[in-house]
Amino acid sequence: MIASGLQTTGAHVREVHDDFHGDLLEVSMGPHHPSTHGVFRMQVTLDGETIVKLKPVFGYLHRNHEKLGENTSYLGSMPYTDRLDYLNSMTNNWAYALAVEKLAGQPVPERAEYLRIILAELTRLLNHTCLAGFLLQDSGASGTPLMYAFREREKILDLFESLSGSRMMCNFQRFGGCRTDASPEWLAAAKKLTDGYGAFLDEYERLITGNEILMARTQGVGVLKPDLAISAGITGPMLRATGVDYDLRKVDAYGFYSRFAFRVPLGDHGDTYDRYMIRVLEMRESIEILQQAFRDLPAGPIMDPKAKLRGFRPKTGEAYGRIEGPKGEIGFYLISDGTPNPYRYRVRPPSLINLTVLEDLCLGHTVADAVIILGSIDIVLGEVDR
Amino acid sequence: MLGSGLLQGLAVTAKNLVGSFHDPARLTTVEYPEQRTKLPEAYRNFPFLVSENATDPMGTLRCVACQICEKECPPQCIYIEKSKDKKPDATGRPQLYPTVFDIDTSVCMSCQICVEVCPFDAIKMDQVFEIATTDRFTALLLDREQLAKPNDYYHTIHPTEAAEVDARLAAERKAAAEKAAAAAAKAAAAKPAAVAGLGEAGAPGSSTPATTKPPAA
Ligand code: SF4
Ligand code: SF4
Repeated sequence: MIASGLQTTGAHVREVHDDFHGDLLEVSMGPHHPSTHGVFRMQVTLDGETIVKLKPVFGYLHRNHEKLGENTSYLGSMPYTDRLDYLNSMTNNWAYALAVEKLAGQPVPERAEYLRIILAELTRLLNHTCLAGFLLQDSGASGTPLMYAFREREKILDLFESLSGSRMMCNFQRFGGCRTDASPEWLAAAKKLTDGYGAFLDEYERLITGNEILMARTQGVGVLKPDLAISAGITGPMLRATGVDYDLRKVDAYGFYSRFAFRVPLGDHGDTYDRYMIRVLEMRESIEILQQAFRDLPAGPIMDPKAKLRGFRPKTGEAYGRIEGPKGEIGFYLISDGTPNPYRYRVRPPSLINLTVLEDLCLGHTVADAVIILGSIDIVLGEVDR
Repeated sequence: MLGSGLLQGLAVTAKNLVGSFHDPARLTTVEYPEQRTKLPEAYRNFPFLVSENATDPMGTLRCVACQICEKECPPQCIYIEKSKDKKPDATGRPQLYPTVFDIDTSVCMSCQICVEVCPFDAIKMDQVFEIATTDRFTALLLDREQLAKPNDYYHTIHPTEAAEVDARLAAERKAAAEKAAAAAAKAAAAKPAAVAGLGEAGAPGSSTPATTKPPAA
């Protein structure tokens, strides 16, 4: 019933040029466009309203992140990682800390590992909640769902603020642990939020998931095939929506994820609707992980006592640290030459790599569909451009 | 039935609309600036310099101009000039002090790294966020007079942390005082013996410079 008339393969350009059908039209969407989630430009070529060519143009937010990393101490780069994907500073911090810890052979106490998992899963809730809100905003449901999502997000940000001092620029992880310990009150508040999150998701799903308009707009739109996803290096919920079972929390089992029981939701169409549903299901699994983490959180130090803050010089070598961020595999590749600054500092940004298939997803769809397809990819320009 | 999902969604919106009149969980807006939320203790925005007392902030800055924070600050927004002379800090020990200590808050990214690396607990994070100004060049470049705030103020914004810092500093001071006392006692005990020894050597003239030489500065 839904999305029946769409042609996603074959030639999209009509040969006919009569009085009714004009020439192809080139439209520049963005960089100042509310649907592009920041300063991002889509140069689309249209045949009527159908997209026949799409060229993503980015780099407007380029801040020299990697070169800065080479000229700053290892610790000094930590606050800069907050500003990559500014919705998920906690997971960015963790991925970077993991890379440096690998490089320096730095152990992390058990409590810190648990706290990192708690913060990473809260971040996943936050990111996916935002995505669900923005997706609806992009499909034209102006305001309401986004505001419901932001109301919940704000509660998580309040938790981050009372723990790390800042809502979004947390700068919380350190090499060998976390900066401060979570107080019992904080843990109680976080547990309360987790307990209530299922109810929020139920309500949000009642609002959205069964909505016929949303289904009509998203089902069969922007289908990503598993083989293309794999060959393009797509990771995260976008890959899993195509049905490929690949989650670094299971594959790498970094941190203590092997101790947790959780499922990896998979989609089977790889369309925009699946990408939305995957996020909702992942949030439900995150709640499971959080409950287990609160139950098992051990006492003990939060920081390895031998960890060094000042004068940190890892031995010569290289390391790649990666985690399953909310948007996909976020990784940091570091080469140390024994000096206080890394010789090479490289970020593997999931947003950028997921964005590379945008044209494949959009061909044959309308301009309005391009907006929700972009929304379902879930990009943050701070990370795309660095 | 087609449309049932839509109606279900509208029921949720209606519930939230009605709920917002009586359920605080559904009406979370805070009418700033008339209403304010309480800032969490950990909240941070820009750094300030801790001075021991409010009457003589420049004389009792804890900062000893070691320039570690200047070196570690990732965007390099701290500028320090060391003093040539030393003056006693709050504990009475002679220390260098910063003649210039500027922080460019238009560059500062509130990362707290300066606070973490300072070995003297001299720089801490402030919580004043209403700092909008019409002059974006000089008004955001804070000098040491503007940055200095007394320890009591630190206690009002970060009470737990400030209490820990005070306890640690007190312990350090006590240890330093004990060490000084022990050293003084040792010196006092050693002195007569040394003098006696010199007397025995029978070379008072040559020993005079060694005993009267002031301790190396
Ligand atoms: S604030 Fe602290 S680290 Fe910075 S110069 Fe003063 S004493 Fe040194
Ligand atoms: S908070 Fe960060 S950016 Fe600001 S002065 Fe301190 S170290 Fe520099």
